[in-house]
Amino acid sequence: MAYETIIGLEVHVELKTNSKIFCGCSTEFGAPPNTHTCPVCLGHPGVLPVLNERAVEYAMKAAMALNCEIATVTEFDRKNYFYPDNPKAYQISQLDKPIGEHGWIDIEVEGKKKRIGITRLHLEEDAGKLTHVDGADYSLVDFNRAGTPLIEIVSEPDLRSPEEAYAYLEKLKAIMQYIEVSDVKMEEGSLRCDANVSIRPLGQKEFGTKTELKNLNSFAFVQKGLAYEEERQERELEAGGRILQETRRWDDQGKKTILMRIKEGSDDYRYFPDPDLVDLTIEEEWKEKVRAEIPELPDARKERYVKDLGLPEYDAVVLTQQKSLSDFFEECLQHEAPPKQASNWIMGEVSRYLNANNKEIQDVPLTSEGLVKLIELIEKGTISSKIAKDVFAELIENGGDPEQIVKDKGLVQISDEGELRQMVNEVIDNNEQSVEDYKNGKGKAIGFLVGQVMKASKGKANPQLVNKIIVEEINKR
Amino acid sequence: MVLSYLLIITLWNIQITDREVKLMERITKERVKHIAHLSRLELSEKEVEKFAKQLDEIIDYAEQLNELDTERIVPTAHVLEVKNVIREDKARPSIKREDTFKNAPDHEDGQFKVPRIIE
Repeated sequence: MAYETIIGLEVHVELKTNSKIFCGCSTEFGAPPNTHTCPVCLGHPGVLPVLNERAVEYAMKAAMALNCEIATVTEFDRKNYFYPDNPKAYQISQLDKPIGEHGWIDIEVEGKKKRIGITRLHLEEDAGKLTHVDGADYSLVDFNRAGTPLIEIVSEPDLRSPEEAYAYLEKLKAIMQYIEVSDVKMEEGSLRCDANVSIRPLGQKEFGTKTELKNLNSFAFVQKGLAYEEERQERELEAGGRILQETRRWDDQGKKTILMRIKEGSDDYRYFPDPDLVDLTIEEEWKEKVRAEIPELPDARKERYVKDLGLPEYDAVVLTQQKSLSDFFEECLQHEAPPKQASNWIMGEVSRYLNANNKEIQDVPLTSEGLVKLIELIEKGTISSKIAKDVFAELIENGGDPEQIVKDKGLVQISDEGELRQMVNEVIDNNEQSVEDYKNGKGKAIGFLVGQVMKASKGKANPQLVNKIIVEEINKR
Repeated sequence: MVLSYLLIITLWNIQITDREVKLMERITKERVKHIAHLSRLELSEKEVEKFAKQLDEIIDYAEQLNELDTERIVPTAHVLEVKNVIREDKARPSIKREDTFKNAPDHEDGQFKVPRIIE
């Protein structure tokens, strides 16, 4: 039987405010345990939480960038649960009146565009971090993270494959980067993802029973976990079994999802309005002020690259995926780089280096000015594109001025015909066999001869000229 | 103390999560046990019985409110006329770590120590 997969994602994004959502403790990542805590975020009795204005504005900004309607009156509720990651025994969240609702974003998978609905976006506080000590009969709690502002973004069950889920998450991450409300680093936990997955026979209207997938803490895990779950559910149904409503987690070592707990009925969180926090009214004026701060988003930028710069669709997609790289490209344009060449370098050598060294563009000494100068040197024929790679290696490692590097290392391309002709004749003299081959119609032989000249010139010879001169010289003989 | 705590969460439970279940619902022993479990309170059979009866009486008392016509009244989350209480996003120093642990039953290596959490 053919099945259809239904996926909905719940994404948590940590907002990069200076202080926590309801108190003035710092939100800095990586401080010694429990040094960023106070009676408010430790849940002591008698304290009063006060809402952080910037957290509200970031949440509004995010909701607007995801095309949500923004609430006019919003309120905070207590979500009651008993677990040591939360000292108050409740989390302050939003139930009935979230900041944003009814939004959408567009994704693209295998060239096909699709609109994914956003059910809601609400503000809440993060919990503390639990460490389970191996073999010990206790656990440890660090409340530095408790009270960090989070937004929870819930998608409609519109996703139909792990690839779509991946594309959705990637787009969401890019948007959050562009509007600068979060670092969205999955490895640091500032972007977290849970998924609801179910399958149904193709053509059936009703949804199947869904399982909840947790521990999807990398983009790869999201795709792998969902793909596994899709298959597992199909196997289960094909074998005549049924899907239970349960929470599972991705085990990357075992390459499978593992049962965490079976859910019986819905969770009993006993939400109610937090008496400590009064309603928040968002006037039109405030909305407009925040809306005005939203910069050009990835989709708009992508379109501009294709329409105005004439870049291929593929380049535009890759360049706009990450804000830092896209901004770097923008800087190159300001230095009057030819767009396609700059795009080639950024998608090629620059990305390769960054990925291999696990770095971001702002972590390396290469500047947009340096890259543009390098491109100019190639365009003018001062250096060959082969030499350019060596200059680039120096630039990205140590920075500097490409012109100076070329001069210091004596890398200027040899385009002097007389000088090249001499080298060519030497090579021809020493490789009679190849000359013979060429004359007998083996076109490939010329490549070998060019290679020999390049070698003799230590890569500095202008390859097009060498090619031309070799043909001339052979024909003379 | 236990009673008032139970009462508060019972009222939440009835009024807020089960909005369709109005105050009319009787407090059963099962309900008391469920609420006690959510709050991690351990009650003896005798206590369960006692609290079920007492809570029921209190609910009865609160039911007097049903005599009022609330048809056109928006549910009230706060009685205060205040709204939009916000603060600027400014970090201020946290408290000293030794003070953080003053009320903690146990701690180790700068962290709160709690009974083992089984995942």
